[in-house]
Parts: sequence; C-alpha cells; structure tokens
Amino acid sequence: MLKRRHLLLGGLGAGGALLLGWGLMPPRQRLRGHQPLATGPGQQALNGWLKIGADGSVVVQLAKSEMGQGVTTALAMLLADELDADWAHVRTEMAPIDAIYNNITTVVDGLPFHPDDHGLLQRGAAWLTAKTMREVGLMATGGSSSVKDLWGPMREAGASARAMLVAAAAQGWGVAVADCQVARGVVHHAASGRSAGFGELAARAAQQPLPQAVTLKTAAQFTLIGQPLPRREAAAKQDGSARFGIDTLQPGQRYASVLMCPTLGGTVASFDAAAAKGLPGVLAVVELPASHGASGGVAVIAATPWQAMQATQALVVRWNAGPAAGLSSAGLHQQLVQALAADDGFAYFKQGDAAAAMQQAVKTIQADYTAPLLAHATLEPMNCTVLYTPASGGQAGSAEVWAPTQVPGLARWAAAKALGLDSEQVVMNVTLLGGGFGRRLEVDFVAQAAHIARALPGQPVMTIWSREQDQTHDFYRPPCVARYQAGFDAQGRLLAWTAASAGPSIVQQFLQRQFGLPGAGPDKTTAEGAFDQPYEWPAARISHHIVALPVPVGFWRSVGHSHQAFFKESFVDEAAHAAGQDPLAFRLALLARHPRHAAVLRRAADQAGWGQPLAPAADGARKARGLALHQSFGSIVAQVAEVSLDPAAPKRIRVHRVVAAIDCGLAVNPNTIRQQMDSAVVFGLGAALYGEVTLDNGQVQQNNFHQQPLLRGSECPLIETEIMPSTEPPEGVGEPGTPPIAPAVANALFALTGQRLRRLPLTLA
Amino acid sequence: MTTTIQINGQPREVQATPDTPLLWVLRGELQLTGTKFGCGMALCGACTVQLDGAPVRACSTPLSAVGGRAVTTIEGLQGREIGALRAAWTTVDVVQCGYCQSGQLLAAAALLKATPRPSDAQIDAAMDGNLCRCGTYPRIRIAIHQAAEQLAAPG
Repeated sequence: MLKRRHLLLGGLGAGGALLLGWGLMPPRQRLRGHQPLATGPGQQALNGWLKIGADGSVVVQLAKSEMGQGVTTALAMLLADELDADWAHVRTEMAPIDAIYNNITTVVDGLPFHPDDHGLLQRGAAWLTAKTMREVGLMATGGSSSVKDLWGPMREAGASARAMLVAAAAQGWGVAVADCQVARGVVHHAASGRSAGFGELAARAAQQPLPQAVTLKTAAQFTLIGQPLPRREAAAKQDGSARFGIDTLQPGQRYASVLMCPTLGGTVASFDAAAAKGLPGVLAVVELPASHGASGGVAVIAATPWQAMQATQALVVRWNAGPAAGLSSAGLHQQLVQALAADDGFAYFKQGDAAAAMQQAVKTIQADYTAPLLAHATLEPMNCTVLYTPASGGQAGSAEVWAPTQVPGLARWAAAKALGLDSEQVVMNVTLLGGGFGRRLEVDFVAQAAHIARALPGQPVMTIWSREQDQTHDFYRPPCVARYQAGFDAQGRLLAWTAASAGPSIVQQFLQRQFGLPGAGPDKTTAEGAFDQPYEWPAARISHHIVALPVPVGFWRSVGHSHQAFFKESFVDEAAHAAGQDPLAFRLALLARHPRHAAVLRRAADQAGWGQPLAPAADGARKARGLALHQSFGSIVAQVAEVSLDPAAPKRIRVHRVVAAIDCGLAVNPNTIRQQMDSAVVFGLGAALYGEVTLDNGQVQQNNFHQQPLLRGSECPLIETEIMPSTEPPEGVGEPGTPPIAPAVANALFALTGQRLRRLPLTLA
Repeated sequence: MTTTIQINGQPREVQATPDTPLLWVLRGELQLTGTKFGCGMALCGACTVQLDGAPVRACSTPLSAVGGRAVTTIEGLQGREIGALRAAWTTVDVVQCGYCQSGQLLAAAALLKATPRPSDAQIDAAMDGNLCRCGTYPRIRIAIHQAAEQLAAPG
C-alpha cells in the first residue's frame, strides 16, 4: 500500500509533492488523502474518492453525511459522470476522516460579504480561507454546501481516474489514448474493436501516474448530471434495513439513558443513585460533565434500553442551575429589545447615507419583528455508540464510535478528548442520520456518550436521549428582534431602508463550546438574510447587535436566513403597500440589475397566477396569495403561498398551495432538488405556524410533540417547484426553500385579513 | 420470565418484563431495528407496527398487551399492499432521511387493506399520526393513491 502511494505521488511530478505538502497546492487539488484508502480484496484506489473492484464495481467515497438531502445520490453522480461509469455498478461508502474531505465552501460562504461583492478584499479573504480550511478545517455536512463543495473535486476525481483507466488500456493495447472511448464502465478502441471493463483495468490503472491535468466535461456532455435519478438508498429505507445511529448493534452492546439539568447549562450538585442501582439490569451510574455545550447530568447504563430509561426515573439529583436560572422568554425578549434600542450594532451592509436619506423622505414607515427560539426536533433522537478499550499490556488505548453526525472529525476529536485518547486512536463510523437540520453539527452527545462508555471499558455502550431530553437540551435557533424603517419620496419611490436586529451569536458560542475560544467580532449568521440580498436600495444600513445570552443557540436549517427572511420579506411587503404598489411590481423595481432574481420571482408569480382571481377553498373560505423572494446559500428562491382561514375555527391558518421557483445554478439532480423544496417548505411552515420554544427559569417548557407540534400531513399544502434552467455552477439546495415560506404566508394573511403579523409563530388576533 | 409472542409469523421467546414497551422488545432483545423510537408517547408514529393487521404505536404498547396477537414489523410485512406501496414509494421518490418511513409504510399498508381506494380525507385520518420531519407528506399522499390504483387495476 505504501509503495503504491509513493508511486502515485511520483506521478504528481516529483517527490516534491511530499516535500511541499498540500499547503502550496491550489485549493481544488483535493484528489489524494494523507493516507491511501483502505481497499478490500481485488479493489484498487485510484485516488481519494474512489475504488474500483475487480468485478467492475465503483465504490465512491462519501465525504458528506446522508441526512435525507440526497448526497448519496447527487455526489456519486458527480464522480460517476466524469468517470463514465456504469451507474448500476456504482456503490457508495462513507469516506474516512482526511483533510481532503474538509468542507471549504461552507466556511468561505460564511465570510460576511454581500453576494455582489467580488472585490479584492472578498477574493483575498475567500482564497485565504479556502487554503486554510483545507488544512485545519472540518469535515462537515451543512450550509447547503455538499454539492457545491465537491462539484470540483469529485468531478476531477472521476475524470482523473478515467484518464488512468484509459491510459492503462491504451498501454496494454499499444494504441493511442486519444483513440480510446469510455462508456458505461468499459474502455473501447474502435479501430481494433477491443474493449475492457474497469474491473479488468483497475490494477494497471492504479500504476499509472496521476494525470497532470484533466479536461472536465461541458454541460452538454453530461450523461448523469442533470438527470432526475432516484435516491440510491431508498430501498433500504423502505424495508427497515437502513442503519441509522440508533440502529447500531454491536456484540454485547449496553444501553445508557441520561437525565440532564433541566436548567440549560446547569450542572449536578449531588445525586443519589441508590434506588436506580437496585433496579434490574443496571450496570453503572455515571455523572456527566457539562461539556461541548451540553448541560451536566447523570447517566444510567443498563443491559437494555428500557431498563436504562426506567432507571433514570429513579435518580434523585440536586442541580446547580447555573447562569440561565431566572431567565424567561419575556425577560429574554426585553433584553434584546433594550440592547437594540441602545445600539443598532455592526453594519454588515451600507449603501449611501441611509440616515440622511431617511430625513429627506416625505413618508416613513417603521415596524418591529420578533422570532422565538426553535428546536431542531430531528425524528431520530440524539444517540451515539462508543466502544472504549483502555491501554493494557503495552497496547495503547483505543475506541470505536458509531455516530449520526454532520461533523465526523470534530466528533472523533470530542470523543477522544473525553476518553483521554488522541483522535488517531479513535475509529469513527458515520451512520445514516434520522434528520440533521444543523443539530448534528454539535458534538455534545458524542462527547457525552464517550464519557459514559469510559465507565464500561471493553463493552460497546449506546447512549440514547429520550425525546424529552432531546427537546429540552437542544442548541436552539437564536431568538431575534428587529426594527425596520423605510422612507419614500412624494411619488412613493423608496429612498431609504434600514434594518437592525439583535440576538445571540451562534458562531461565537460554537467556538467557545468546542474550542474554548472567546467570542469576538461580527458573525455573518446573525445578519444573513437581512444584508446579503439582491434588492437595490438607494440608501441602506443593515446591522446586527450581538447580545450574549446564557442559552445555547445553534445552526437551525437556514440559520440566520430563517428569521431574517421573515423580517425582511414581510417589511418589503409593508413597504409595497405603503407605496401603494403591487408587491410583485415593487420587488421587480428593486431588481433592475439582478435579472436572475427577477426571473425567479416572475416564474413563481406566473406559475401561481399572481394577480389572477383565486377560487375559494372547497368549504367556501376566501383565499389570498402572498409572495416572498430570498437568496441564501447561493440560491435564489421565490414562493407564492395561498392561504385561507378555517370557517369552523377562524384563527386557524390553512396553507393550500405553495408555488416555488429556484435558481440553484445547474440542477445536478432535479429529483432531489424538488424533494428538498418540499422538505424545506414543510420545515419552515411548521415553524411559521407552531414553532416556539419558551423558557421559564432557564428551563425549556416544551417536552414532547404534544407541546411542540410539527406540521402534519393533513396540514401540508400542495407544493409545486419550478427549477430555473442554468449552466452556472451548482449552489445550495437543502436550506434555501425554508426562509421564504414564513413571509409568503404572513404576506398572504395580510392580503386576506389586513392583519400584519410581525411575530413568529404567526398568530391571528 | 419468558414470554412468547408472534413476530412476523414466528413465535419468539423474550425475557423482557411485562411492562416493557413492545418497541424496546423489538429493538433491544429481538434486534429488529426497523421499528423506530421517536417520542415514547405515541405522538409521532415512528414506532408503528401492526397487531393483527391494525396499526399500533409500539412505544406505548406494553409487552403484556400483545398476548397472542400477531406482531408485524417492517421487516416482516408482506402482501399485495406493501408490495404496491413500496413500488409507488420508489416511483414517487418519497423517502428522504427515511427515519419515519417504516411507520408510514405500516400505517399505509393497514389503510389500504381496510380501505382499498382511500380518499384524501381517509388518508389524512389514517396517516395524520405519523409525523415526518423531512416533509415527505405530499409524496406519501401521491404514492398511496398510486398504490391503490395499481392494486385496483385488473391483472
């Protein structure tokens, strides 16, 4: 194995590749890992992204976690297309942990620049960040970045391997490479009529030098990319054989259940486990530190999951409530309002002199908006399985972890730290995720599971949170308050726009809880959705004031966009009405230099019949439409929602139909894009109608789905998705459908009732 | 103590106490992990199995309540309905994360058995207790109709 790696590196043109290391190579050179891929019998690794078996199977390395967004299919398509593989022979497996799999895109996209900004500072910062992240960054699935991040590397990996296979065939046949063609996993030489499958060629291909440069296909040459291929792992999810984290089954497996301090961030003062220890099956009771953002607690390990759950009920714990004690939702809201009144915070966007322009306006409007804390509520509760083997007889300690995680490298590090090991001593197995939505970017449950398993060396221990623990110990979407102002001239033209918001910073908290770094500086995720939008304000100031709060906040599907889009698009609607204009026309007038955005907006509006009469609901209730446009994660989405009120319960909001249009660049798999639009709309709509986590004395008041309802099938609108044709590089898909739905519904409710709802969840007076 | 229950057509001896929810007997002792844990309070439907063909929430069904009734899980579900549903699920591309889908399919199969051509309202009534955090609801509705049509088609 080592020998081949030397050979392969030799192919890079020099042992110089070794000497110089990856640090001086361009960011897109992510072909080969620091370690060669482990291969099975008959398998050859042609680079860090694929192995080819003697049977012709192509095993693609998945560097992103599958959490329903369809990466198993979309990412394999990128590589298989350039490889000209036979799709029927393509398999996938989770990639090992290696720097070449680090997510560069999501960090570069996290820089606080406006999407229209391609200046020297932006380009320099993006380049430096990309370079740095490749070395010290993280493997991470998030920020709607999977396809975008690997669009270059995985196609290059496929093309590079294809070239090596062709070179091997041409060499064997004594023919020119240029005279060989590849189709469906077979290399052909037309003139001689010879052909050979990838399986036959793999061993010799692995001896070929790595191509210096490869030519990637043009869009017209794609055979897989752009096709609505079905999801690869669907069958396993329909017969119960798909393995999520919670389905991990290791020989001799034990189960742990946890009870954490009900006050967020609190710790254990003392506990009495005598009763718990007397219950059947109980093997150990473990005190849990408050680490990686988790609250402290106590765990019970037992022979079966039910025994462990029962025994935690018998624990008697005294808690140290910690800094969140006394915090209530009302107090928290007041704190944010006062902070915003005192200081409008860091300006993420400035255009002209907004204050002066506002002074000159003959008419101004102002509105205050509010968004609550929200839980992720992945249907698969937090869980993680750890087998810890301590050092003995000169053998170093080790561990194996099975985790449904969006950040395998960080999770491995957190587990290692909890076990007193180095990361390299820990094997990380990434399972399927029963939903991620940003919750599994956190590693609290992994560190906790490792800490628990340390108490039972040599035995695999699965830690499972109850729904109640999951719901009350999340990293919630940050609460946020905002104040918007707009000024108009005598003709109703917009002159000035200001938006200021206040809330806690996710990134500052995240760096603190993972690495102990003190929070400082601006955080794009606080203001994204407010400042990074296409509207051409004549004068604007858009800012955010970070308020430190002792409530753990995290990345909730679409992050800052999820609430900022509600504020921004609701206020655009308010501004349109104040100006006496149609909300569509008003927006289009602000998009004169943004034709892609205008086209998306028009497409959704046309498809929804904007401006046309709307038939009443089946029960006769009057319907109305609302519109929203939002850009996030590189993609542009417009949505039109049709709403009515239930005649039997007039405050009950019904959403009948949502028409969405998305420009996400080149549509790699239209099928999964439509699925993600369905998903993002349902996720955002549930939050818009019901989503609210409240605090009393620092304790979350919603324990389970009866107190925090999710959207049900009967409440789900028809969702129609228009995908704009594009040959631009692909952009994000998993999240961009979420932000516009709340304002689209709110704007429709205004059209229907005249009530302007400025607080989430949407509640009619 | 030992209890014998009928799982997917086979008698299985289990050691769990009578108060143990069927869910944890299936997932723990019998290692049938296709039945999922979501809420523990019969609020989400992820743990749906069939008892004598009727959908029940395994998280809130104690072992003592199972008695001699036939327990069917996603691993053992057979028949025309599930065949047609799986085919429709594939055609319509229903699944996303997939965690709720065992429960969705168990509920849908029971629905089609009792109501071969369900209306939208009947689908709502039968399926509303099965939550999906990924929002596969619109496709589930389409797929159930499609499976029903396929089952009704002659031949």
